[in-house]
Amino acid sequence: MILSAHDIRDMALGAAILGAGGGGDPYIGMLMAIQAVEKGRKVELLDPDSADDSDFIVPVAMMGTPTVLIEKIPGGDEVIWVLRSIEKYYGREANYITQIEAGGVNSMIPIVAAAYTGKPLLNGDGMGRAFPELQMVTFHLIGVKATPMVLSDERGNSVVLDTIDNFWAERIARAITIKFGGSAYIAIYAMSGKDYKRGVVRYTPSVAMEIGRAIREAKRRGVNVFDAILDIVKGVILFRGKIIDVARFNLGGFARGEVTIEGFDDYRNSRMVVKFQNENLVAIRDGNVVATTPDIISILDIESAKPITTERLRYGLRVAVVGIPCDSKWRTEEGIRTVGPRYFGYDVDYVPIEVRIRGV
Amino acid sequence: MTRYVLGVDVGSTHTDAVIVDESGNFINGAKTITTPDVTTGIITSMRLVLEKSMVDRDEVAAVSFGTTHIINAIVQRRRLGRVGVIRIGAPATRSVEPGLDWPEDLRKAVIAGYTIVRGGHEYTGEHIVELDRDGVVKALNAFREMGVDAVAVTSVFSIVNPEHELFVKERALETIPEIPIVLSYEIGSVGLLERENATILNAAVLKVMQRAITALENALHELGLGHAKMFFAQNDGTVATVEYIARYPIFTVVAPISNSIRGAYVLTRIPNAIVVDTGGTTSNIGVLRRGYPREALEIEISGVRTNIRSPDVIAVGLAGGSIVKVSEGDISVGPESVGYRLIEEGIAWGGNTITATDIALAKGIMMIEDPRCRPELVKSKIDSALVDKVYEKMVKMLEDAIDRVKTSPEPETVILVGGGSAMWPQKLVGAREVIRPEFAQYANAVGAATALIGASVEKAFSYEATPREKAIDMVVDEAKKRAVEAGADPSTLDVAEVEEIAMPYLPGNAVKIRVKVIGKLKL
Repeated sequence: MILSAHDIRDMALGAAILGAGGGGDPYIGMLMAIQAVEKGRKVELLDPDSADDSDFIVPVAMMGTPTVLIEKIPGGDEVIWVLRSIEKYYGREANYITQIEAGGVNSMIPIVAAAYTGKPLLNGDGMGRAFPELQMVTFHLIGVKATPMVLSDERGNSVVLDTIDNFWAERIARAITIKFGGSAYIAIYAMSGKDYKRGVVRYTPSVAMEIGRAIREAKRRGVNVFDAILDIVKGVILFRGKIIDVARFNLGGFARGEVTIEGFDDYRNSRMVVKFQNENLVAIRDGNVVATTPDIISILDIESAKPITTERLRYGLRVAVVGIPCDSKWRTEEGIRTVGPRYFGYDVDYVPIEVRIRGV
Repeated sequence: MTRYVLGVDVGSTHTDAVIVDESGNFINGAKTITTPDVTTGIITSMRLVLEKSMVDRDEVAAVSFGTTHIINAIVQRRRLGRVGVIRIGAPATRSVEPGLDWPEDLRKAVIAGYTIVRGGHEYTGEHIVELDRDGVVKALNAFREMGVDAVAVTSVFSIVNPEHELFVKERALETIPEIPIVLSYEIGSVGLLERENATILNAAVLKVMQRAITALENALHELGLGHAKMFFAQNDGTVATVEYIARYPIFTVVAPISNSIRGAYVLTRIPNAIVVDTGGTTSNIGVLRRGYPREALEIEISGVRTNIRSPDVIAVGLAGGSIVKVSEGDISVGPESVGYRLIEEGIAWGGNTITATDIALAKGIMMIEDPRCRPELVKSKIDSALVDKVYEKMVKMLEDAIDRVKTSPEPETVILVGGGSAMWPQKLVGAREVIRPEFAQYANAVGAATALIGASVEKAFSYEATPREKAIDMVVDEAKKRAVEAGADPSTLDVAEVEEIAMPYLPGNAVKIRVKVIGKLKL
């Protein structure tokens, strides 16, 4: 299908909900993509099975600090540079572009790349949500290497990185990103069509689009927007209330934080704390864990269901916290080891959200 | 000689004026209908309160306005200035051009042209790239040829380092001295698009504000108040001088919402409470903290995202004129309202529309001193069981709204103010006590009349480059400077708030520091 401006708005919104508080601000992401399709070419979204085993697939994304992104907005060329540069390094042209994660910006960056290069976009991603580190990708679980990868900044500086493993890719790329001024644009996990089809989380872009469309439709018809969303993703409402505190702190070199929500309506006299590191990772209601990574915990505006990314959380927002089951690829032993609560330093076992909810 | 302050507040239905003495004591008040041009209603209300109070006009030292001129001009796209937009940030930032997501009619009315020149800073304060000085001068010349009314300048991370914005101002003073320049670092906080939008809107309403100021100055002369100093209420519950607001009119865009919260404090001297301001169409429920409205959310102004902060207020369509509908046992109250036509359409006035006021009258909770108002008409038309049910529903709606505003389950003091506030009971779920102070109907104008001068400044730092104490001192100094510019007596300055927000995921302890300074009016 050809993506319209409506589709792009819908996808940015839905992807930010799947982004679990990370993946960038949907407002900027959406505006970037809309400007790109106005100035560039039409963008075609194709089924992952359109790719031949021997095709060359390149995911593109932005990495870095959300606070920098909302101030130092991309130039728009960076993503073309990384794509051209990785093609040069591999000595072959990319057949398709794809998303590495869901999220307000990282669902849109590949659309910008597609609009300016004319390459089609595949309907899948490497997470089905967003995560903070480069190795937290389903392609990593099946042994695809993140490098050789390319990083570029808005000035035109580019770095090609080749590392011994994906953890080193994360460490070195992070340091380069800081030198670039807090944000970088990347082409990473360049791979064959065969690997892509094996590792991909299918249809994340179109599910995001469906979520966005459902919200738009629900508003037009004046029906409950949350019902519309939860139906599509098999999610649940975990809490409703008002944000009374947002604490951000550094711990062991990681910037983390937690948001405290005072309940109202059916959640009166109850409190929820959501712990985050870029993404929302653990939700605790009155001392009981109700959801953990890799399941998706998203904080949405209580009226409009607009997702609120972690850098925009602040006192006074009235919110609903929703929980959404993650893709089954994450629910394996290797998946939990890579992105489960213990990896992030929380002393909690992963229990699928459906099971936790039943137990309450 | 006593020195009085006259305060005016423009609401959606009524415009109120009060006179208070120097200590903030209420002397007298008057209400009139808000007029479409706003100014006429303001003048009428001032004339009325001067006549009623009979204070010596020479003794009125200051007049303070909480007005809707600016928000109305933007919403109605009326008489907006044409703005030349300079963004400093290329090669970054070009992927989202200025005004991209504005409603088209507003963009066409306001943005005369824009250019994105090379320059801007990193979060560390270092250059992204060198500033394109020739590009700046070229843009200024182009804007002069277009005949723009104002120029808005936004540079990447100017709240860390305003160097490039200041360069534009310097050049503009040489090349286009007649055209006002608005710099984003004086308007907003982190978030380039939101800050740029607020800066452009501020530039677009400079003329609107100037016109309002001229009209009000003339009115003051006619009323014999030509000697009085003029102040305007700001979004955060403080006021600033006319000269300051002439430069930053966008700081008044939601001021009337803050006035009633501040007024509730002045009338009760209770510093921490929930304030319910019930007018004709809506009730605004906000949080009073240490005598000021608690600020929270960044607002969208007529479809444009900005980082202008508004008080933490929720609005419910439940007030004096709210229309009550009953069908097959289903009761609804509001959000439609008869507004100021209450005294024609309300049942108690012989009309045919059941309003929230009628119900409160029939309950015997509310008394209205108006010979034309006859609560018995309501009692004869609606049976008392239904009155009870409707009233119960209204109170429940209010209690639910209060619950959404509260920050803890513990009961809090609730202060009722506004023209419709008499409709509420003396007990509410979630309230430790319910207080409706004398002159509650004038709380908003009292708020405008008694507010202190205030200025807020936000800057970003890396504590590795600038030690924490030094950084805070720098922001405090800047805020003090701004407060004096806004009209504060330098000997009364007080730091009301220092807020530090870490900017996550950056090395070098990057933080935003926001400081609010208040001081007494220099009369």
